[in-house]
Amino acid sequence: MVYNIYICGIGGQGIIKTSIVIGETAIHKDMNVVMSEIHGMSQRGGVVSTELKIGEDKSPIIQDGGADLILSFEPVEALRALHKSNTDSIIVTNISPVLPSTINQQDVDYPEIDDIISELESKVSKVYAIDANKIAENAGHPLSMNMAMLGAATAISTFPLEKEDVIKIMKENLPPKSIEINLKAFDEGYNSCK
Amino acid sequence: MNINELLDSEKGNKRFMLGNEAAVRGVLESGVSLAATYPGTPSSEIGDILFKIAKEANIYFEFSSNEKVAIEVAASAASTGLRTFSFMKHVGVNVAADSFMSSAYIGIEGSFLVLVADDPSTFSSQNEQDTRHFARQANIPLFEPSNPQEIKDFIHYAYDVSDKFNIPVIIRTTTRVSHMRGIVETDEYTKNTKTYGEFKDTGLHVPVPEAARVMHKNLVEKIRNIREISNESPLNKIIDNGANLGIIASGGAYNYVADVVNQNNLKVNILKIGFSHPYPEQLVKKFLEDNDEVLVVEEVDPINEIETLAIAGKYNINTKIHGKCDETLPEIFEYTPDIIFNSLQKLVSFEDKRNKANEESEIALPSRPATLCSGCPHRASYYAAREAVNSLNLDIESIHPSDIGCYTLGIAPPYKMASYLMSMGASVGTSCGFSKSTTQQPIISFIGDSTFFHAGIPPLINAVHNKNRFTLVILDNRITAMTGGQTNPGIPIDGMGDEAPAISIGALVKSIGIEFVKEINPLNVKEMIEVYKEALSYDGVSVIIAKYPCNLINKQQIRERNYRIVVDQDKCVHCNICVNKLACPSINEIDGKITIDQVCNKCAVCTEVCPTNAIHKE
Repeated sequence: MVYNIYICGIGGQGIIKTSIVIGETAIHKDMNVVMSEIHGMSQRGGVVSTELKIGEDKSPIIQDGGADLILSFEPVEALRALHKSNTDSIIVTNISPVLPSTINQQDVDYPEIDDIISELESKVSKVYAIDANKIAENAGHPLSMNMAMLGAATAISTFPLEKEDVIKIMKENLPPKSIEINLKAFDEGYNSCK
Repeated sequence: MNINELLDSEKGNKRFMLGNEAAVRGVLESGVSLAATYPGTPSSEIGDILFKIAKEANIYFEFSSNEKVAIEVAASAASTGLRTFSFMKHVGVNVAADSFMSSAYIGIEGSFLVLVADDPSTFSSQNEQDTRHFARQANIPLFEPSNPQEIKDFIHYAYDVSDKFNIPVIIRTTTRVSHMRGIVETDEYTKNTKTYGEFKDTGLHVPVPEAARVMHKNLVEKIRNIREISNESPLNKIIDNGANLGIIASGGAYNYVADVVNQNNLKVNILKIGFSHPYPEQLVKKFLEDNDEVLVVEEVDPINEIETLAIAGKYNINTKIHGKCDETLPEIFEYTPDIIFNSLQKLVSFEDKRNKANEESEIALPSRPATLCSGCPHRASYYAAREAVNSLNLDIESIHPSDIGCYTLGIAPPYKMASYLMSMGASVGTSCGFSKSTTQQPIISFIGDSTFFHAGIPPLINAVHNKNRFTLVILDNRITAMTGGQTNPGIPIDGMGDEAPAISIGALVKSIGIEFVKEINPLNVKEMIEVYKEALSYDGVSVIIAKYPCNLINKQQIRERNYRIVVDQDKCVHCNICVNKLACPSINEIDGKITIDQVCNKCAVCTEVCPTNAIHKE
């Protein structure tokens, strides 16, 4: 069995760090894991995505329709990732939008958040829409948003890793002084999806 | 994984490594003494890591001024008996090719490995060229790892081949292998102790025609002998399942084959190719004889496939060979599990058990193109250039040769300041061509600081000597920004992290006889526009050095800006110059109001652009 996680959002949101924590937790539990990350233009406002496969697969690319879980750090990016989902997939999405820098030059407006969520709900088995930016701010720092998303993912029933293990590896990957805030964000994210 | 773990990881430890991290671990375990590169995605992280650990690992590392120099540094150092390393993106090989070819002729006394990262689907490149052609052209052995563990392990193997045959070797990766993360079990690593070698003039290092003929003969013999190794190599292995259909797969493409075969319980034989040049002729011959049909799977060009077809022809084997040549597989772009699935369905019948993918969103989605960052000095340079050109009220187009870097994003409206692009440094050479082939069209070309050092200087000498007329803007943001922020010869720090002489672009440009040289901070846009106008009226080669550090690299300059940018809505006349002409990502019109977002880096260019001072510092 392979558990496929597609993680998406915008450059600078901490997507790669989040993915590494999941991957290292899998290794810690003696599971096989591969991951693909797209770098490059990401720091300049572009889309960032990683694909994580926990299980026996060798290739780091998830087939179209193959994602068990989509973890989207930005609502429109969840819609953009729909081709990776099927009717049984679960989507966890942050509802805080990041407007594309060129939005004023585009013919298309940024969609309403409610419309995004109902579109997602019409396609997959379950959508968890959380305000991860708000959770992070309440926890003490906007940059802990990614750990709020990680906490949310960990709470999903199909997620193959245990909360305690994820937290252990998370702590190893963060600067010591930021752990308290990140832990708070993680717990709040976890509770919002439990 | 943090960087220290790359050095500290012990034999048998399992780490979650990026392909590029595994490459660093591989060369460290192999006992490399010297490494040189010019940064290029998808291989850039290798240099970023070596820059940080070179001292601790006791190796010499440099960011060379271009890939050709990097190859020259590493190849000559290998001729003193050291083990050396160079790495680059695929198009870097074009720059390095002249010397790289000769390095195979001359040979080496130590060992010399070059890792080349190809970029199928051009995630961050101008083309999809396949480095495996170069290996054949240059008679250099080439290896194709499929994952981070193999990158590390193949590096050991490749160095052994280099050592044994005194020949340079290439590890060819692709974006998906270099930027793949996977489990890597590390081997033993001990800190390098061999810092210096000794050069001995054997009389065999100078390929004058007479010697080159001998060298070529010897080289071809070496490749013939290495082919025997390739036939027997554990890197090339047959997985025989007693089937009639065989698949020959290499590199990242092998992973998709393995997964599709495994998930669908397909009965096929597989020949995994890891040592792909010289191609293992006898092994492939055996594989062809054992199968009725063979599919060859590789990214990008049908190189192993054509080799396989040649072997079938040579030995008169009737096995049917599928791949790119008969369009069983696509001829361009990177592969995916779905592409391999669909191709295999053409050859064997099996049930499609894949989950049906959801349709794309029914809501129209705004696109998210990469843009110049908030506060980027290039935006000011482009805004000013557009204003200056527009002020001429020409009824003919201006020409804007551009170059490779973040600033290529100036192609986008509203600036439209990139109209011709070829390769590193080509903005200058192509400006010469446009200068000679047009009369009334103004020419303003753009090049970054690192790209100027890389390949912009010889064409600028050409421009002066051949009496051209154009304006070259050197966008000096004090770093090699696009690839993540590496040092270059204009920065007073070298690849070891030590202080180093910084080359002055202004002094260099003046020294070749250019009289119109203006150095300016582009954030002063009004002044910048006037400088452009002056340059445009100059008959000859004019150079504007737009000098201001990249915000991503110099975050301190943002912290020092102890003000914020605000909009006085009462003063705003909704001219929308800030939104439509400056087009800063931090300025948006929301519900009819101009707003500045949280990401604003406070460059304050908008306060100069705003005609009513509605946008101001506070």
